[in-house]
Amino acid sequence: MVQAKSPRSRGVTLLIATKKGLWQMQSDATRRSWRLSGPQFLGHVVHHAVADPRDRKTMLAAARTGHLGPTIFRSSDRGRTWREAKQAPAYREGSGRVVDHTFWLTPGHPSMPGVWYAGTSPQGLFRSDDGGTTWRGVDGFNEHPQRKAWCGNDQDGTPDGPTLHSVLVDPRDPYHLYIAMSSGGVFESSDGGEDWRPLNRGVRANFLPQPDPEYGHDPHCVRIHPMLPDRLYQQNHCGIYRLDRPAERWQDIGATMPKSVGDIGFPMVLHPRDPDTLWIFPMDGSDVWPRVSPGGKPAVYRSVNAGKTWQRHATGLPSAQAWLTVKRQAMTADSGDPVGVFFGTTSGEVWGSRDEGRTWKCLAAHLPHIYAVEAA
Amino acid sequence: MRVLIPSPLRSYTASAATVDGLGATLGELSVDLDRRYPGMRFRIIDEQGQLRPHIRFFVNGVQTRSLASPLAEADEVMIVCALSGG
Repeated sequence: MVQAKSPRSRGVTLLIATKKGLWQMQSDATRRSWRLSGPQFLGHVVHHAVADPRDRKTMLAAARTGHLGPTIFRSSDRGRTWREAKQAPAYREGSGRVVDHTFWLTPGHPSMPGVWYAGTSPQGLFRSDDGGTTWRGVDGFNEHPQRKAWCGNDQDGTPDGPTLHSVLVDPRDPYHLYIAMSSGGVFESSDGGEDWRPLNRGVRANFLPQPDPEYGHDPHCVRIHPMLPDRLYQQNHCGIYRLDRPAERWQDIGATMPKSVGDIGFPMVLHPRDPDTLWIFPMDGSDVWPRVSPGGKPAVYRSVNAGKTWQRHATGLPSAQAWLTVKRQAMTADSGDPVGVFFGTTSGEVWGSRDEGRTWKCLAAHLPHIYAVEAA
Repeated sequence: MRVLIPSPLRSYTASAATVDGLGATLGELSVDLDRRYPGMRFRIIDEQGQLRPHIRFFVNGVQTRSLASPLAEADEVMIVCALSGG
């Protein structure tokens, strides 16, 4: 009998989606040595590239170019060859809405092989039932009578456009979904996307006239823990939060961050096995929101007690004059023991830690602006 | 009719810079090109039937933004990718 190799014996693959194409990095089994390959889709803006954990060979990449409209590429051989989707995410004809780009990709529930979800800019939710070859809108969200109230106008939102991201599937229930929108907030569906409701109580929105609205928040990244799916974490425009269902109110876990660093950032990564351990990458959210490492001193912060306290980890990272920006999809963890943690910067560097974030090493530099890093 | 394909779209035409197409209007031509080269149309025309912001059509050297523009068999259509920046 042939035994499947464990992820560690195979090493780790990183999918690095950039403003100018897709790269991959492959490690040896120890994760000390890395090989960079690529580019694929040179010149394409690749917002997200994700491997399917259900079959370990399918990969999807969301791409567009400066001139050409958005599409999805699909690989069934771990990224060696790619074919374009026959029908990319697109709004209903006559709706007046146009998908600018697909921003986020999420594989569906293990019981539904071939199902994928895509979040777009402007905010829309799409689903594929055939492994990413054809896509259809999730009408329960895209046509929801409250959608415009939740999302605002398609022109509103972040500088790269308003986004729907953090599509989360409850590992216990394929019909229990969460999404997040910048802006809009976090929303939950218990019927596979037929209906949705806001899930933002306890989250600040101090940029709005009403500080505690039902929706309109700006979650930057939301994660669900695979081993404890009642636990969600959120890096928000206004702090860091944890939610333990069935509770409905998010708990502020950013208040214990050092005041000189703050609780602002974009990515958030969870330990694959320990629901109490997570990593964040703080960025400067003061005044005009520089969105760089506070003081030019990059550090990863880790909590091992569900956000009660935080430890600074900067060993190996530049100690000064390093103004790093890490986007919300650009930080990830592998499944190793100890866990490997990785992030990519808008200045084209990939950093990795193979000891759960304690020490860091630059794995690659001089890449284009990095949008996403995903481990496979 | 003769259609000049810009380099960003040649992945659809097996690198051909010039292809043949049929249609009484630009819109019909875009459908014919998509039949011959699946996926091409959505990259240049959005789901609401509008030209994407950095795509232009020239018919016999004259720019037109309307997909209803009539075409004749002898026309030459040039697709141009312009001014995307960054």
